[in-house]
Amino acid sequence: MKNESISLANPDKHPLNKGTKFSIALISIGLLVFAVSFLNVKLKASYFLPISLSTTIFGIILYARSMYLNEPAGVKNNGAWFRSLSSRGLVGWILGVVLTSFYILLYWFPSFLGLGENGEANTGVIAFFDPLSKLLNGKVASQWFMYGTIYTTCIVALGYKFILKYRHSRYQVFRTIVVIIAQLFLAFLIPEILEGLNSDQAYYAKDLKNMWPLNYYFFDAWHIDNMRNGGSLGMAYLVWGIVLFLIVTPIITYFVGKRWYCSWVCGCGGLAETAGDPFRHLSSKKLSAWKFERYIIHGVLLFSVIMTAGVLYNYFTNTTTILGLDTYTWLRQPYGFLIGAAFSGVVGVGFYPILGNRVWCRFGCPLAAYMGIFQRFKSRFRITTNGGQCISCGNCSNSCEMGIDVKAYAQRGENIVRASCVGCGICSAVCPRGVLKLENRDEENKLNNNPITIGNNSIKINL
Amino acid sequence: MATIINLFKGYSASTRQVVIIGNGISGITCARNLRKKSNYCITVISSETEYHFSRTALMYIYMGHLRYEDTKPYEDWFWTKNRINLLNKHVSKVESSSKTLYFLNGEFFKYDILIIASGSNPNKFGWPGQDLKGVQGLYSYQDLQLLEENTKEIKQAVIVGGGLIGVELAEMLRSRNINVTFLIREKHFWDIVMPTQEAILIERHMREHHVNLKQETELGEIISDDNGKVKAIITKSGENIECQFVGLTVGVSPNISFLKDSEIKTDKGILVNEFFETNVKDVYAIGDCAQFISSINGRRPIEQVWYTGRMHGETLAHSLTVIKTSYNPGHWFNSAKFFDIEYQTYGNVPGTISAPLSSLYWEHSSGKLCFRIVYDIQTHHLIGINVFGIRMRHEIFDRWLSENKKIGYVLEHLPEANFDPEFFVKYENEINFQFKKELV
Repeated sequence: MKNESISLANPDKHPLNKGTKFSIALISIGLLVFAVSFLNVKLKASYFLPISLSTTIFGIILYARSMYLNEPAGVKNNGAWFRSLSSRGLVGWILGVVLTSFYILLYWFPSFLGLGENGEANTGVIAFFDPLSKLLNGKVASQWFMYGTIYTTCIVALGYKFILKYRHSRYQVFRTIVVIIAQLFLAFLIPEILEGLNSDQAYYAKDLKNMWPLNYYFFDAWHIDNMRNGGSLGMAYLVWGIVLFLIVTPIITYFVGKRWYCSWVCGCGGLAETAGDPFRHLSSKKLSAWKFERYIIHGVLLFSVIMTAGVLYNYFTNTTTILGLDTYTWLRQPYGFLIGAAFSGVVGVGFYPILGNRVWCRFGCPLAAYMGIFQRFKSRFRITTNGGQCISCGNCSNSCEMGIDVKAYAQRGENIVRASCVGCGICSAVCPRGVLKLENRDEENKLNNNPITIGNNSIKINL
Repeated sequence: MATIINLFKGYSASTRQVVIIGNGISGITCARNLRKKSNYCITVISSETEYHFSRTALMYIYMGHLRYEDTKPYEDWFWTKNRINLLNKHVSKVESSSKTLYFLNGEFFKYDILIIASGSNPNKFGWPGQDLKGVQGLYSYQDLQLLEENTKEIKQAVIVGGGLIGVELAEMLRSRNINVTFLIREKHFWDIVMPTQEAILIERHMREHHVNLKQETELGEIISDDNGKVKAIITKSGENIECQFVGLTVGVSPNISFLKDSEIKTDKGILVNEFFETNVKDVYAIGDCAQFISSINGRRPIEQVWYTGRMHGETLAHSLTVIKTSYNPGHWFNSAKFFDIEYQTYGNVPGTISAPLSSLYWEHSSGKLCFRIVYDIQTHHLIGINVFGIRMRHEIFDRWLSENKKIGYVLEHLPEANFDPEFFVKYENEINFQFKKELV
C-alpha cells in the first residue's frame, strides 16, 4: 500500500466567497508594495509603509474572518494534507525557497536588501522602514529593524487568524493573546523605544524575556561591557538576564512546564505558533527523528555552554584565547554562524513548509533543551490521558509540531512526559474523544504506566 | 497447492503457532499482549491492509486531516522488532479438523491456536438498487477508497441510517461541500441509545452544518441512471430525492462468511463463551465478529466498539499465556464526536429512562453543551452519565460507579471529574444549581 493521501477527487471544492477574494486582493496589494520597494523604486516610505502594512494586516484579518467565522467553532483541519501550501506541494516548496533565500540575504548579504554600508543611506526594502525606525528609536532602519517589524506584523495578524481558527479552545485564545502581547511590546516596541531613549549608550539586548542561552551573545565581553556601561538600566538588564535563566526559569518550569516560555512568550515560538501553524503537521513523528533530536539539541546546549564558559573565562582573565586557540575564531564565530544564523534563522523558519514549524525549537534551541531537562525530571507538568478513551486515531500526533508521537502514549493510557513538549495544547484541542489534558499536578504518579487500560476488569493487576 | 512456511527465525518446530485473522484493534491488541507474555510464533493475517491502522480515523483521511500512514498506531518496524508476522492475504476457508487455513489463491497455513478477529461488514437490508454504483457503506479501507471514487465531482448525497457512522459520513461529505440529506427512520437521531433531549441537540448541530435531516423517513428504493449509477432515491412515503451517492450506515454485522463451510458454530456472529472459546478446540473469536452465547455483565451479545475489541484482545491474550480468564468488562464507557460536539458516556444511560431509574438533564443556553445524570430512584446510586461538550474523567466515574456513589455525592464532587483544558468555562455550579432545585 502506498503511503500517500488516497484522495482522487479535487478535495477543495469550496468556492471562494466575496470576502475571501477581497481579503486576498488586499493582502496581494500590501505585499506588492513591499515587492516594489525591494526593487528599489523610489516610493515615499512615510506614505507607502503604513499603507502596505495596514493593507496586509487588514487583509489577513478579513481573510481569517471569511475563512472561519461563517462556520461553527471547532477543529478546522479540512484539507490540510491536500493543499499544496501545507502538504509540501509546489506552493510549499516555493515558499520554503523564498523564505530561505530571504534569511540568507538577511544574515549574510543585507546590502542586497538595501542596507546602507559605511554610512551610506539605506535603499530598497530597508529604506522603506526608515520612517518607522526613526519614529521609534530615532535612527535609520537596520536590517534587524526591518526584520523585527515584519516578524511582529506576522505574529499579530496571523495570531489573530490563529485565534479565530482555534476559538473553540479558551486555552488557545488566551495563549495566543499573550503571544501577541509579548511580541508586540516586550520584544518589539519597548526595546525599540528604550533604544531611542538611550541612544547615547552602546547597544545591548533589551528584550526582557530573551535570555541566555537562546540569546547566545549575552555573556560576550562586548555585551557585558555595554550593559555595565549602560547605567542603571543596563545593570538591571544584566542582573535580570542572569536571574531569569538561573532562578526564574527553573522555578516556573517546575510549576507549569516549559510551555510558559516556549509557547506563551518566546518570539521563535510565537512565530511558529502563529505564522507556522499551517505547517505543524509536517514534523516527523518517527522514533528515529526523536533519537536524532536528543543528540542534536543537547549537542547544541553543550556547545553553547562551552562557548559561554570560554567567553567568560576570557572576560574575567582578560585574555582572548583558551589553550592557545582564539575564542572568537574557534567558538563564538562558529556558534554564531552555525547555530545563531544558519540553524535558528535559515533552517528554523525557512524550512517551515518542509520540516514543520518547530525545527529550531525541536532540534536546535539550547534554551528549550535546558528547560526540557527540568520538564522531564523536575516539573509538575504532564499531559494526562483520559482512561481508556483513546481510539488511536492519530490526530494528536499529527498536530504535534514537536514531533511527539502523542498517541503512542495515549493509546496505552500513559501520561505524556517529554522534555520537548512545548505545551501548545493543540493535541488536546484536536482530540475527538476528549482524551488529552495539559496539567500541573503532584510529581508523584507523573510517569504512570498502566499495564491495562481502564474499563477492563478481567485482569487484576497487583500494583 | 503450497504451504507457507511458518517457521520464523528463532523458533523451533515445537513453538506454538498462534494465528490471528484480522489486524483491527481486537486482533492486534491480542497479538501485542501475546507477545509481551509468551514466546509463541504469532502471525496476523489481513487482506485489508498490510499494517494495522485505526479504523476510527478513516474519516480524517477523507477530510484531509491525516494521511493513511498517520493512522497507523505503530511504525512499520514495530512488527519485525516484536516478532509479529504480518501476512497480507485473504483467508477463504478454515478447516479446523486439520487446523489449516486456506487462502484465496489456494495456499494454506497451519495453526495450533486460531483467533478470529475478522470484524464486520456494513448492513444492507435488501433495498432495491442497493448494489448500484455510488451506493456503499463505510467500514474498511477499501470502502474509503471506493468513497473517494464514488464522491468525485458529485453534488448531492443521501445517507440512510442514523448512527455514529452516519454522522461521521455526513461530516466527511460536508467537508467536501457535498449537500447531504440524512434519512432517519425513527423520530429522533440514534434513539435506541440517545435520550430525546441529547438527540435533539445533535440534530440541531447537524442542521447548523447544513445537513438536511429527514426524520421518520425510510428508504424505499434507489434509482439508477442509464449507466447503472445511482441518480435518486425514493422514500417509503414516495418522495423523490435526487442524488449521486447513497451512504448506507444502518449498522454492521459480523464478517464471518468465510466460515460457512467450517465446523465453527455461528449465529449472527461466531458463538463464544466468556473465555472467547468457540465450539471447536483451540479456535477463539474476539471483537466485532464474536457473539456471546450468554450475556456478559448485562451487555449486548455482540459488542462492536473499539474499546470492547481492545478489552477482548487483552483478556484473551492473558487467558492464553498467564491464566485462563473470563471476560469481565467494567463499567460501560464510550465516546464520539458529532461534527464539533464531543460526547462521552460512563455507566448506563438508556435511550428511554424509566423506573426504577430517573435522570436529571442540564443544557447550556448555547444548546451545544449538556449533561445528564441517571440514578436509581430508590437508592439514589449513580447509574450513568451522558456529557456533551464538556470532557470528564473516565477514571473518576469508573471509581464512583464501582463505589455506588449517590447522586448527591457525585454532584458535589463534579468539579473533580472535569477534564476540560485549562481556562475553559466551568459549568458545575450551574449544573448543581439546577439539579438541586429539581431534586428537592
